[in-house]
Amino acid sequence: MRIIVCLKPVPDPKHWNKLKLDPQTRTLVRTGIPGTINPLDRNALEEALRVREALGGEVIVLSMAPPDAQPVLKEALARGADRAVLLSDRVFAGSDTLATAYVLSEAIRTLGDFDLVLCGDETIDGGTAQVSAQLAEFLGVPNLMHVSSVDARPDAPWLVRSQIEHGCMVVEVKPPMVLSVVKAINEPRYVTLMNILQAEGKELAIWSAQDVNLSEPWVGLAGSPTQMADLLTPERKGRAEMLPGSPANQARALADRLHRLGFC
Amino acid sequence: MIDHVDSKVWVFVEQRHGHVAEVGLELVGKALELAGLLEWKVAAVLVGHQLGEITERVLSYGVDEVLVADDPLLAEYCNEPYVKAIEGAVRLWQPEALLLGATAMGTDLAPRLAARLRTGLSAHCIDLKITPDGQLLSAVPGWGGSVLAQISCPRTKPQCATVMPGVFAMPEPGDNRGRVIPIEVHLQPEDVTYRVVEVKREEAPKSGLQTAEIVVAGGWGVGTKADWGLVEDLAAALNAAVGATRPPVDEGWAHEKQMIGQSGITVRPKLYIGVGISGHMHHLVGIKKPELMVAINSDPNAAIFDHCDIGIVGDLKEVVPGLTRAIREHSEAVSKKTER
Ligand SMILES: Cc1cc2nc3c(=O)[nH]c(=O)nc-3n(C[C@H](O)[C@H](O)[C@H](O)COP(=O)(O)OP(=O)(O)OC[C@H]3O[C@@H](n4cnc5c(N)ncnc54)[C@H](O)[C@@H]3O)c2cc1C
Ligand SMILES: Cc1cc2nc3c(=O)[nH]c(=O)nc-3n(C[C@H](O)[C@H](O)[C@H](O)COP(=O)(O)OP(=O)(O)OC[C@H]3O[C@@H](n4cnc5c(N)ncnc54)[C@H](O)[C@@H]3O)c2cc1C
Repeated sequence: MRIIVCLKPVPDPKHWNKLKLDPQTRTLVRTGIPGTINPLDRNALEEALRVREALGGEVIVLSMAPPDAQPVLKEALARGADRAVLLSDRVFAGSDTLATAYVLSEAIRTLGDFDLVLCGDETIDGGTAQVSAQLAEFLGVPNLMHVSSVDARPDAPWLVRSQIEHGCMVVEVKPPMVLSVVKAINEPRYVTLMNILQAEGKELAIWSAQDVNLSEPWVGLAGSPTQMADLLTPERKGRAEMLPGSPANQARALADRLHRLGFC
Repeated sequence: MIDHVDSKVWVFVEQRHGHVAEVGLELVGKALELAGLLEWKVAAVLVGHQLGEITERVLSYGVDEVLVADDPLLAEYCNEPYVKAIEGAVRLWQPEALLLGATAMGTDLAPRLAARLRTGLSAHCIDLKITPDGQLLSAVPGWGGSVLAQISCPRTKPQCATVMPGVFAMPEPGDNRGRVIPIEVHLQPEDVTYRVVEVKREEAPKSGLQTAEIVVAGGWGVGTKADWGLVEDLAAALNAAVGATRPPVDEGWAHEKQMIGQSGITVRPKLYIGVGISGHMHHLVGIKKPELMVAINSDPNAAIFDHCDIGIVGDLKEVVPGLTRAIREHSEAVSKKTER
């Protein structure tokens, strides 16, 4: 069983207050913000480990990200992945979801045969929820999104549960496949000091564009069919009025306000 | 296929087991508005099996054409045969733009289809515009809703977008003037790459929540079944109905019928208080214009703060019990006054 987990390093949401919109370039300035594993990709990795525990095999984590994402991949190794590949090249910069999916698919082809590719349903930054299905399309295998459970059976089609409006559907599908998961699928395990020490011996390969076969033009900003014409802070009611003070003061202030408005 | 299709803007109108997703019709309304600016025509795309009644219904919304892919292999949604059916029609008739609802089905179908066609797709848009030269401009929320990107697709066609349900108003039925054009499909059983063995569906029945004037909703941040009591106590003090996001329902703290949002119910309260809720669009689309919206969340950057009027940054376990107490004090004072 070979399982690949696509894992996107994202800026740690704990530090998002440091994110700034550069008014000139209309891009987000992330300098100084540490990276972390996209939250749902932790669930994807956990599910990969569970399938490996059930059926044996190897778990490889794959990221397309700048070279400073290495600590994020080390965390994935500590969490139990067997090895990691970081796709890093200037030409990948500015990829939209089609280009991201294309490059990831070629990296997966380079790794060889696989049974399962796991993704998160969506990231917390771009958050388009488009990469997993597009990756499956480039790989020419079935995919399911919004996955909330996987029953990986050794000698039968797998049973996969996917969330839909007002419920879920259960499908039978044969590997190889791409699945993208929702938070309800599992609770990621804790990392121990032992895990971190063990991860030191594991392989973290860094690949450039030369290491994969990119014969189609869908790479980087130039190869992306979508363009970001502008980036704005949305017009809203405006940010909420924040009630200051200790929890007791906040509670009192809100209750008084609700009282004045006749709600209590 | 001999028919000629004139429409340049296509809308995928999703149906599952004969149930039409409202967002498809919302998009028909918007497409007619956008296409009207350029004197373009609009087609609805229907995919499934035995679609007669639905075809009639969609025609009544004033589209110029309804393109129908009808095949027994399309009866149950599976992305590959759906992609094949639409791909064939797109290659033949070459629309300028293709819109889909950002539903469970739309968010699965659209990216695969766009990748097959090697064209661009903008994700769960909250606004659409069209330029005089026919460029579709989509407003795409990112970073948990704290930024809006304006996405265009200048070099490839069709320009594809998924759109959040509830963003555009449901149109009134218009004049029934359109033509029905079949999409020829050539599907093999192998194209159905997964087999749906079960669909569990629970239509949310009417509950007090839908008519409640005050809704207190709890999210994943509440943490445990025991602490869910904090949400219920707060609601009781306000005489409010209790709502939830998806995680508390999955965890069994709340009942499925309490889920607010795209997959659940829509509430129209005067006051909404969200406790330990991050503010995901899936949830927010189910809250229609409250007079006052309040959120309590320990994360100062939680997206929900961008949507509400009053925010409290804090641990709900510390804030909520005091809030419930203070509200009870007010209510008791009020009832004492009225007694006198
Ligand atoms: C505000 C904003 C709006 C955007 N809108 C669009 C748009 O409308 N259309 C468009 O095509 N692009 C858009 N983009 C660009 C898009 O976000 C990037 O292409 C991004 O590299 C991948 O998409 P995502 O983060 O949205 O991934 P998602 O599709 O949300 O990610 C799903 C899963 O795919 C995997 N994955 C995604 N990226 C990687 C990676 N680099 N390495 C490994 N695994 C990965 C992970 O498992 C992840 O959980 C937008 C970006 C921003 C910041
Ligand atoms: C097809 C599909 C349909 C869906 N339909 C719906 C739907 O109809 N309705 C719905 O709600 N969801 C729906 N979802 C799920 C949705 O995407 C989100 O996952 C969900 O709304 C998030 O719920 P949440 O805000 O409670 O949890 P989270 O996003 O995990 O947020 C929890 C929040 O609690 C805060 N918090 C944590 N601890 C504390 C504390 N001690 N005190 C205060 N705050 C704290 C955190 O800062 C965080 O912001 C759907 C998903 C899919 C795939």
